[in-house]
Amino acid sequence: MSDKPRKFKGGVHPSDSKALSASCAIQDAPLLDKYVVIMHQNIGAPPQLLVKKGDVVKKGQLLAKAGGFVSVPLHAPTSGTVSAIDKCPGPTGISVPAIHIDADGEDEWGSPFEPIANWQNCPAGELRQRVWDAGIVGMGGAGFPAHVKLSPPEGKEIDTLILNGAECEPYLTADHRLMLEQAEDVVLGAAILARILGLESAVIGIEENKPDAIAKLEEVAGKYHVRVQPLPVNYPQGAEKQLIYAITGREVPVGKLPMDVKCVVQNVASAVAVADAVVKGIPSIERVTTVTGRPVKTPGNWRFRIGTPIAKALELAGGITEQPAKLLLGGPMMGIAQSSLGVTVMKNTSGILLISSDEVSLYSSEPCIRCGRCVEVCPMSILPATISQAVENKRFDWAQELNVQACIECGSCSYVCPSHRPLNQHFKWAKVEIASKLRRRND
Amino acid sequence: MSEQESTPSIRLPDPARLVVSNSPHMRSGENISRIMFTVVAAMLPACAVGIWFFGLAAVWVLLACTVSCVVFEEGWNKLNKRPSTWKDGSAIITGILLGMNLNAGTPWWVCVIGAFLAIILAKQLFGGLGYNPFNPALVARVGLLIGLPELMTTWNPTHAMVSTLGAADAVSAATPLAMAPGKVEVLQMLIGNTKGCLGETSAIALLIGGAVLLIFKLIKWQVPVAFIGSVAVITGIMHAIDPTTYHSPVVHILSGGLLLGAFFMATDMVTSPMTRKGAIIFGLGCGIMTSVIRLWGSYPEGVSFSILFMNALTPLIDRMTVQKPFGYVAPEKGKVA
Repeated sequence: MSDKPRKFKGGVHPSDSKALSASCAIQDAPLLDKYVVIMHQNIGAPPQLLVKKGDVVKKGQLLAKAGGFVSVPLHAPTSGTVSAIDKCPGPTGISVPAIHIDADGEDEWGSPFEPIANWQNCPAGELRQRVWDAGIVGMGGAGFPAHVKLSPPEGKEIDTLILNGAECEPYLTADHRLMLEQAEDVVLGAAILARILGLESAVIGIEENKPDAIAKLEEVAGKYHVRVQPLPVNYPQGAEKQLIYAITGREVPVGKLPMDVKCVVQNVASAVAVADAVVKGIPSIERVTTVTGRPVKTPGNWRFRIGTPIAKALELAGGITEQPAKLLLGGPMMGIAQSSLGVTVMKNTSGILLISSDEVSLYSSEPCIRCGRCVEVCPMSILPATISQAVENKRFDWAQELNVQACIECGSCSYVCPSHRPLNQHFKWAKVEIASKLRRRND
Repeated sequence: MSEQESTPSIRLPDPARLVVSNSPHMRSGENISRIMFTVVAAMLPACAVGIWFFGLAAVWVLLACTVSCVVFEEGWNKLNKRPSTWKDGSAIITGILLGMNLNAGTPWWVCVIGAFLAIILAKQLFGGLGYNPFNPALVARVGLLIGLPELMTTWNPTHAMVSTLGAADAVSAATPLAMAPGKVEVLQMLIGNTKGCLGETSAIALLIGGAVLLIFKLIKWQVPVAFIGSVAVITGIMHAIDPTTYHSPVVHILSGGLLLGAFFMATDMVTSPMTRKGAIIFGLGCGIMTSVIRLWGSYPEGVSFSILFMNALTPLIDRMTVQKPFGYVAPEKGKVA
């Protein structure tokens, strides 16, 4: 493994706007009197509810248990009373079931997990179970249950653990601050994850635009055989497949998983959550989120309890100075636009971003002039322009032939398109159509 | 209860005014007009040299072509109740390119016919910008060449030629490619003091424009390099075999519409392949066709025909050069996709 990262083909360089919040130390958000914990926060099966209206819960108490292997439990963000099991606005605009908790203000722990101080001698299976019990998901945005990635099926050998600290999305600085302020925890989490996978070492991939975090991590990395790998700044450097390629030179085959090239990738925030769960016995009930954007009065990074309403998060940041055009969960390239302030912070909410009207793209799309820029920047080397035309003509079979499934929805093509075509949207549509066709065939 | 606690002075977004749309929520700010007007700027040096050498006649041709292209574009939009598109700059490019492809003495009505062929026949009938399979300016040039061969192969001499050769000799002087090999003055071709279309004579001005296009990444370098390179190789071989019959490759590169075609017309985004690999194939095809027509065809010039021919092959080249995605795995044989 060379120390020089490989450069993946394509990518774009949007202005990163990270300076708005990069120097703001993480603050603990004050306790609220009400939290709304969205039930289904992970990719995979929704968890099964264990509490009912009127139940008194303690901080860290199980609210719902995993609904299958690809599922994680949910824990109470504070102590209080379950005031309702009701709908709340979900991140995709559809109302979703949520557990409403009226806090009692005591913030009293229930019976948290037993800390595993001697984790170095703890069997890997027990550590993995702890990761699952703590409800840890991919906190970079995907929300994929962390323990599933740590459970390679029989015969799949893993030789590389990569921590994703690229944070290539513009505006977001939560991972940056976490790596800077809790470098020891990041490295500790990496070491625990490595132990679970039976590995001696781990690599932390981090974009070069965070030199302070790189220096801090390098100070402490040696303790657990963790290597810090600075990466060139190129969006989407933090996309799993591009990150694996940059660090190992391996290409994850289309439709396959990182473990098919012997790699496991976990987000740095997930690694900190793992360290907390193992060493301190704390389940996944909080996360660091960047609240930023030009309309935000005082952007910054906060440690929010899961279930914090977006409106409360924005209040902490001083509210707004102008009406934004968009409210996003996540970064500007892949984030999801919101139509309500009632959505709450979830385990994968890396950012709450307000976009002002002059920087948002409210263009109407024009015909493709075949300039080929989308082809140049596509990190998956597909032909966005051609696929988009296939989709416009509802030729999903053709889109499939052109490997639309390989698209990682990074949005680089839409970003550069001079005709402002809804390329990314076309691909999402095509994928849904192709998947439903497959389902129909299998039925 | 929580509402009461929130400080009233803190302003929050009004959800009713939030826009919901798909990611990405940031765009590079690039747009079609900016691309098109940069191309226009890149054409200006060659136009300026044309005006310098051919005088007001060149101005009238350029104006007649550009104005009538814009008028046809907007007339078509009005007729079909479509939004105005002339501001995207594509019709202006077509107009200027058409003018650059005409003799400085071309009558105004020929310019209007050319603009009609370019904008209506070659572009709008196919669906407008982005959907035209052939380069509109070239369709017009070739259409006029076939329909009005006399007019299209008579060239105004430059002012400089008139003053050195005298009016009669300047008018009867041949274009470089029609001259006998060895009698061509390369220096005059570099600066543009030679007979030909008003925008194609000055190699230096065209190269400056080409450099602008390359610097702003508006064209793929593979097209002009493959195009000019293959012409140089093929004509070079023939010149080495028989220098009395065939011009040297330098003359071939500097003469006729080769540089204009290679930098400004073969590189047209809409009508050339999208991938780099496709661009090389396209450029090679243009170069080979041009050389064959020039060396052995009945026309002295072959750039327009070869680019149009390769335009027709573009969809095929695009299909041939579909790149393998990152992490591509070949489908299993016999498996139905």
